[in-house]
Amino acid sequence: MFGAGGGTVSYEEIETTDLIIMWGSNAREAHPIFFHHALAGIRNGAKMISVDPRRSQTAKFADLWLGLNVGTDIALANGVGRYILDHDLQNDDFIAHSTQGIDAYRDSLEEWTLARTAEVTGLPEYAIAELAEAYATAESAQICWTLGITEHHTGAENVMALCNLALLTGHVGRYGSGLVPVRGQNNVQGGGDMGALPNKLTGFQDIEDDEIRAKFEAAWECTIPAKPGKHLTLMFEAMETGELTTIFCIGENPADSEADINHARKLLEGLDMLVVQDIFLTRTAELADVVLPASAGWAETEGTVTNSERRVQRSRKALDPPGEAKDDLEIINLIAERMAPGWGNPTAEEMWDELRTVSPMHGGMSWERLEEHGGLQWPCPTLDHPGTLFLHGWLWADDLEGREPAPFTVNVWRPHVDLIDEDFPLLMTTGRVLDSYNTGVQSDGYNSPIRSGEALDMNPDDAAVLGVSTGSRVEVSSRRATIDMTIRVQPDLPVGLTFTTYHFPDTTDTNQLTIEAWDKKSGTAEFKATAINVRPKVEASNNA
Amino acid sequence: MTATSRPSAERPISPVGERQVAIRTKVTVSIDGTDVSVLEGQTVLDACTAAGVDTPTICYGPTVTPVNACRVCVVEVEGSRTLVPSCSRPAEEGMVVTTDSDKVMHSRKMVLEFLGTSSDVSQADDIMGWIDDYDADLGRYDEATTQRMTDEVKIEDDLYIRAYDRCVLCYKCVEACGEDAQWTFAIAMSGRGFDSRISTEFGVTLPDSACVYCGNCVAVCPTNALQFKTEFDLRKMADWRPEDQTITQTVCSYCGVGCNLDLHVQDNAIVKVTSPSDHSITHGNLCVKGRFGYQYVQNRPSA
Repeated sequence: MFGAGGGTVSYEEIETTDLIIMWGSNAREAHPIFFHHALAGIRNGAKMISVDPRRSQTAKFADLWLGLNVGTDIALANGVGRYILDHDLQNDDFIAHSTQGIDAYRDSLEEWTLARTAEVTGLPEYAIAELAEAYATAESAQICWTLGITEHHTGAENVMALCNLALLTGHVGRYGSGLVPVRGQNNVQGGGDMGALPNKLTGFQDIEDDEIRAKFEAAWECTIPAKPGKHLTLMFEAMETGELTTIFCIGENPADSEADINHARKLLEGLDMLVVQDIFLTRTAELADVVLPASAGWAETEGTVTNSERRVQRSRKALDPPGEAKDDLEIINLIAERMAPGWGNPTAEEMWDELRTVSPMHGGMSWERLEEHGGLQWPCPTLDHPGTLFLHGWLWADDLEGREPAPFTVNVWRPHVDLIDEDFPLLMTTGRVLDSYNTGVQSDGYNSPIRSGEALDMNPDDAAVLGVSTGSRVEVSSRRATIDMTIRVQPDLPVGLTFTTYHFPDTTDTNQLTIEAWDKKSGTAEFKATAINVRPKVEASNNA
Repeated sequence: MTATSRPSAERPISPVGERQVAIRTKVTVSIDGTDVSVLEGQTVLDACTAAGVDTPTICYGPTVTPVNACRVCVVEVEGSRTLVPSCSRPAEEGMVVTTDSDKVMHSRKMVLEFLGTSSDVSQADDIMGWIDDYDADLGRYDEATTQRMTDEVKIEDDLYIRAYDRCVLCYKCVEACGEDAQWTFAIAMSGRGFDSRISTEFGVTLPDSACVYCGNCVAVCPTNALQFKTEFDLRKMADWRPEDQTITQTVCSYCGVGCNLDLHVQDNAIVKVTSPSDHSITHGNLCVKGRFGYQYVQNRPSA
């Protein structure tokens, strides 16, 4: 977002904002404690609007639920943009002072009349208008999103389409207003901060910037490739072409989590060398040539993680790891020592202090200060800096602090890739439920009384047509595979849309069904839209 | 407004781009003869704390709205006909408060005797301490004429148990499940008089109720009536050893919200997870994954 990869606001700000838009986010289940802050905001008088194909647990707390068609977020955002401009509700001063490219943006909205937006999104015109008016006229407003926005083949453009709305109304860069991507995993923000992105060095510094690279090369006494590396999806493409033959996989389970999983597994099996460093013998580890047993970062090692409000916090060792399991850092140090004798075995704090010398946004975050303040929010460049509550305040500075105005972008709506037809008449979307997590490696460990197990949620009308009910076993096919599933009738889904999770790959291998279509900018696969066909299984006859 | 039919509520307009900071004045009150100043809106209890006076509280907690059920925090306020609950009474300019009068001591002692006689408070360390401090006599009332909570322990899942024979009906769990944090409303008070109990809807079991197992009720329970199953099982085996436990603060391993966890560890195993009530992210609250989802790091093959 305008150069920095992080949520622009702090959690506390949602408690006093005037309008909360949950767009493709079921925070009530996926981010429950973030949602506590949103609930405090609602209790303080905020209005909440939910944009989600499902009438989710989050939508049930909303003043207004917009149950749009899957994959029509750009259409809705563009329609809202056009409505705001048509009704002269935009913030002209902010647009003139802080943004660029409004004309091209305005032209790109030509198609998105209320009628056309309603046609594509499946929403009533008044609801689209109400969303636009509520957002444009609120004193402060936040758009919060999660994977409902990003897990599409147009994921990055979906985000940019939402950013346009913030630029149109000035709902960014000031207390209470902002753009809030809530992170799905405990340190996905921290991974990005540390430079685990193909095009960034530590602290979101651009790898293609010669000066930046020179700084790192001097500090690290090595040469850094001038071209961005590959994100996960590109890596799989490179495996396909034979360009990539060796993978060192740390704490990720792509053999369960990738879309079109049969294809992904085949590629992993075809590698010359696969090294997996994990706390469990995951399905990916089972495919590995070498498995390095690691310890659980959050409870068995020292370190830091960064959350969705850019707060860097200390994680600490509470338990001794089992058997021969080692700290991830120690494993990497041991390998580095083999590659470059004299590397030693630096501690987490020593590594952190080294990081602070090359990453300006972390410069002021000493270990002691992180302890003292219960975490600090980046950017925090110096030891006397209090950390940053919200980003992009420069948009409101008279001189923009010397920066370029924030650009509007043109985003063209394209439908999702895996379209329904006569053979595959239903759409399946995926998501997370409250008590489970990703491929279940962690959440399978405890006995949750509210765990429903794998199920294909389906609207009662669709179930009636198929002659199935809750508990019915069915055969679910996509254009890639067929698996068995169990039906759960769920009136919160619209007709034609089904929902499931991928928390239980051992019993229901959902990702055999999903499509490998992915977003060229972010590398994120389109987990949110798979065309499927559901057939009741013939009950085994009782002739024993 | 053109195409909408919904009226929007009138709300005060905040200054654009600025953080709202309420301007509050201070009030001065006398606590046992010592003048202390607290912010307007703070309570008599806050003033007592500021004056260095320890006050027993049961239904009060830093993250829940007190419902004034326990009456153990009462103090004497000059000009007031009855004793007042310090946890809910706002401090007023010029208030003269006495916390150590015979009337206050006697009232607190009786409250502790009533609660300790009708419920099993033996696992409530704070309450047991006050029973000593106030010289309360739990044997004072004739057993033949005294009613006690005798409920069987409800064990309905592997996460937490409900031992209502230990419940003093402080309502903290109800508040935490409701508007103070969770907004799930799985539990409320049911029944009247001595039959009052905290209950799920129609008394159904927890797994059948609206409970989402965040455990935020367990975290605020002052008597161990709500207890994590791990603690319950260890106590049953006489192996619950708080003195041998370490508490380490770390960050939850699940979603990206970054909740702080206090891991209570005994014999290299996590036996309880809480969260600091004064942290800006959690305010002491967690979800089911943060509270109970730690088991995967210790599902180890038994030796």
